[in-house]
Amino acid sequence: MTFIAKPKIVHKGLSRNALGLTIRDYEGGMSTLCAGCGHDSVTSAIVQAFFELDIPPYQVAKLSGIGCSSKTPAYFLDASHGFNAVHGRMPSIATGASAANRRLYLIGVSGDGDSLSIGLGQFSHALRRNLDMLYIIENNGVYGLTKGQFSASADVGTKAKKGEVNEQQPIDPVQMAMAQGGTFVARGFSGDKDQLVPLIKAGIKHKGFGLIDVLSPCVTFNDHEDSTKSYAYTRRFFHPAVHADFVPPAEEIKAAYDDGEVMPVEMHDGSKILLRKVSDQYSVHNRGHALDFIRAHHRRGEIITGLLYIDEAEPDMHGISRTPDEPLAQVPFGDLCPGSQAMEGLQERFR
Amino acid sequence: MEPTKTEGTEYFHQVVDCQWGCPAHTDVPEYIRLIALGRFSDAYMLNRKSNVFPGILGRVCDRPCEPVCRRGRVEDKPVAICRLKRVAADNRGDITSRLPVAPKQKNGKRIALVGAGCASLTVVNDLMPLGYECVIYEALDKTGGLMRTNIPAFRLPASVLDEEIDYIVDMGADLRLNTPVNSMRELLGEGYDAIFVGSGAPKGKNLNIPGRNDSDRIHVGIQWLESVAFGHTESIGKKVLIIGVGNTAMDCCRTSLRLGADDVKVMARKPRGFFKASDWELEDAEEERVEIVVNHSPREFVLRDGKLVGMNFDLMDYDIDGNGRIVNTRVVGEKFFPCDDVVLAIGQDNAFPWIERDLGIEFDRWEVPVVDPVTFESKLPGVFFGGDAAFGPKNIIWAVEHGHQAAISIDKYCRGGCLTERLPRGVNLQSAKMGIHEWSYSNDFDPAARRIMPHVDLKRRFKKLDIEVELGFTAEQVITEVERCLNCDIQTVFTDNLCIECDACIDICPVDCLTIAPNADEDTLKQNLKAPVLEPSQPFFVSGPLKHTARVMVKDENLCVHCGLCAERCPTAAWDMQKSTLNIPYALDEAAEEMARCQRKAG
Repeated sequence: MTFIAKPKIVHKGLSRNALGLTIRDYEGGMSTLCAGCGHDSVTSAIVQAFFELDIPPYQVAKLSGIGCSSKTPAYFLDASHGFNAVHGRMPSIATGASAANRRLYLIGVSGDGDSLSIGLGQFSHALRRNLDMLYIIENNGVYGLTKGQFSASADVGTKAKKGEVNEQQPIDPVQMAMAQGGTFVARGFSGDKDQLVPLIKAGIKHKGFGLIDVLSPCVTFNDHEDSTKSYAYTRRFFHPAVHADFVPPAEEIKAAYDDGEVMPVEMHDGSKILLRKVSDQYSVHNRGHALDFIRAHHRRGEIITGLLYIDEAEPDMHGISRTPDEPLAQVPFGDLCPGSQAMEGLQERFR
Repeated sequence: MEPTKTEGTEYFHQVVDCQWGCPAHTDVPEYIRLIALGRFSDAYMLNRKSNVFPGILGRVCDRPCEPVCRRGRVEDKPVAICRLKRVAADNRGDITSRLPVAPKQKNGKRIALVGAGCASLTVVNDLMPLGYECVIYEALDKTGGLMRTNIPAFRLPASVLDEEIDYIVDMGADLRLNTPVNSMRELLGEGYDAIFVGSGAPKGKNLNIPGRNDSDRIHVGIQWLESVAFGHTESIGKKVLIIGVGNTAMDCCRTSLRLGADDVKVMARKPRGFFKASDWELEDAEEERVEIVVNHSPREFVLRDGKLVGMNFDLMDYDIDGNGRIVNTRVVGEKFFPCDDVVLAIGQDNAFPWIERDLGIEFDRWEVPVVDPVTFESKLPGVFFGGDAAFGPKNIIWAVEHGHQAAISIDKYCRGGCLTERLPRGVNLQSAKMGIHEWSYSNDFDPAARRIMPHVDLKRRFKKLDIEVELGFTAEQVITEVERCLNCDIQTVFTDNLCIECDACIDICPVDCLTIAPNADEDTLKQNLKAPVLEPSQPFFVSGPLKHTARVMVKDENLCVHCGLCAERCPTAAWDMQKSTLNIPYALDEAAEEMARCQRKAG
């Protein structure tokens, strides 16, 4: 066996970001996923997004649960914080991490099993809290780690590798998030980094719960004919509805867009997302209309992708809780824990 | 863009930069792998097949392979290809049983060869096994030509020369030392079936400035080196000026230090970067405290009382444009340098005073014979030229390649065949896959820097003229240096209809040389790559349309380290690592083909 790690070669064509780092400084360990797994492409898109945003890796915490998808934080951002949680319980850990240090960029990587089956309750509550994190679901419609059983996102009529047909309705995380009041809802495809990388960048910069459902084919158990989550099927029925360009704070908007075609959305740090409609019937302002559009296309077997809904005005968990601006981890202990006397005073108020 | 044609030899051969750059197309990656396996004799024989003199070339080759080595583009320094060749030569076992042999039954054809240098010896090496009788005429009392007379023994020991030349001569060549050919007309009259002229470029260029003919302390470089090599010159003055800054100048300055000089200056007319000498030869000379003085153009020799006391130089100034070319030259002053001796090393010329001009052998206006660049035949059928004698001074490895090609022509000429109908080169591809993560070569990238050749220390090396300065790599150095080779002959071969566009290869490539993009014209496509094109001369691969999206897979070969990760991470085996072997026909192969053709005709 000559299983080798990706050699670290600083070649002459390699560019550096504002921190003087190369994209290689944002990589992690070698993937142990199957060759050709969509998740590896998502990993690579995450690496590219953090590199291009000039975010120092130590300001990031990577969180995940259990599954093929949840292994991937080991493959990016070597020099960042991380927690690999119990199956489906990553949102709780993320909530704790965010509570303790709101300055960290949180990125959670989960799968359709981890988020839509065992962790569906946790996922819903993270949405409800508008937890300030980027939450990526690497969605392939099967349980890859246990050899390819249908997951909760498998479409009606899709066939498993050995021929069984799925007859249960799928759970679509995008429709769920739209219905539940999600503030940033997007869908991408592991095979289209031109679309995915700006989505990830926008999701990182979004203040609140940024959900990206990434169709990420399972090359081993769900890439055959009659699968609705294969590379070929996804490419065929993939419909970008809104294209998002991410513009960092200092940069001027250079490209000329026709008025009405493009809607700039200002993010909290001054960066902008330029939303460009690809499909003219799509309304990015109207949650109800957007949801109807996605549903109608879903019935026709089409997959609507892009940044489908964004609301920068809703407060996130810290806003709702009115916590101080500085991270709790940096608040002096005496202020953070005012002692038993203060506790008694508090309890007294409720008697 | 149209899909790249990889069927012929051109594409994959060019990817193997070292082999493409070598005039004799030595299979460098393969011999380096053989060294890595400790198979030194096999590595030596593989070398010998193409370059005939591995021990000699492992020391003094001009190494056209190294500046083009991919490792030099990925990092700073190329693989020490030449030094590894010496490793194969130094550590080989007894290979005498594997050398070509001449058959007892001769074919009845006699060939005359003028000069016993590398070109002639290569012709003999290729023709003796086919049954030719070879008669070598050599003016001096030793073989080797310029390899012996112009390359000092501290770089190339006589024993190494003798051994490798004897391999050829011992096949039964008729070697006639001390036998200069004084007339081509007479030689033609002796009834040889063909004549090969490999007499080199033996005339050093002169410098016709005032004072040139007034002192016997002004020497012509290559003649002076020759007289040192034969022991006729054993000393030189304390202060020596070398005029010129080519590789001969480097040999002259270092030889002077060994003959008693203690202040040697190499006088260059132009600035650094315009020197003809190879970088490593400059380094070796400067290590020996030779001073290289730039921007000094010789004006006159200065004599006092009939004795050479120094030289006057014009101080030069140059304007250099953005492309590094000199656009303007000015003289800005004058300077005197004292010296006891001057050695002129400003180039060399062909000299054919012995070839009568009415025989049908044409010469151009520089007195260089008109020679066909493919067949090496002169305008007089049956007379062939090779080495420096053919196209002016080049180097040993070119002379060897000329010899191979001339041998093919001579054989065809003697059989009455057509000289230009030559066998094409071929390339074989074979998958290097041995298992899921297993390849038949060491694919891991070793970030080690180039090993530095150990030298005899500066005090000891000057004690005798023939102390070889380079000691050869140690075992530890060999182990590291062989791993620096990127195995460029293990090709990345792409099958477009297997690709599912999962991006795995693009994500894993450590040098970003792969891209999947919509097909477009060359300029547009090159602007859409994952990493910019740094070397436009490097091969560029474009696949046919991919089945899902009709986009194309693009590969810029420039920085590929042949780690095989694209093939390892490919779920459908659209990428495969395949060992390419270049088949280069030699006289023996051409002769076999000729025989087969005759048999087919007879059958």
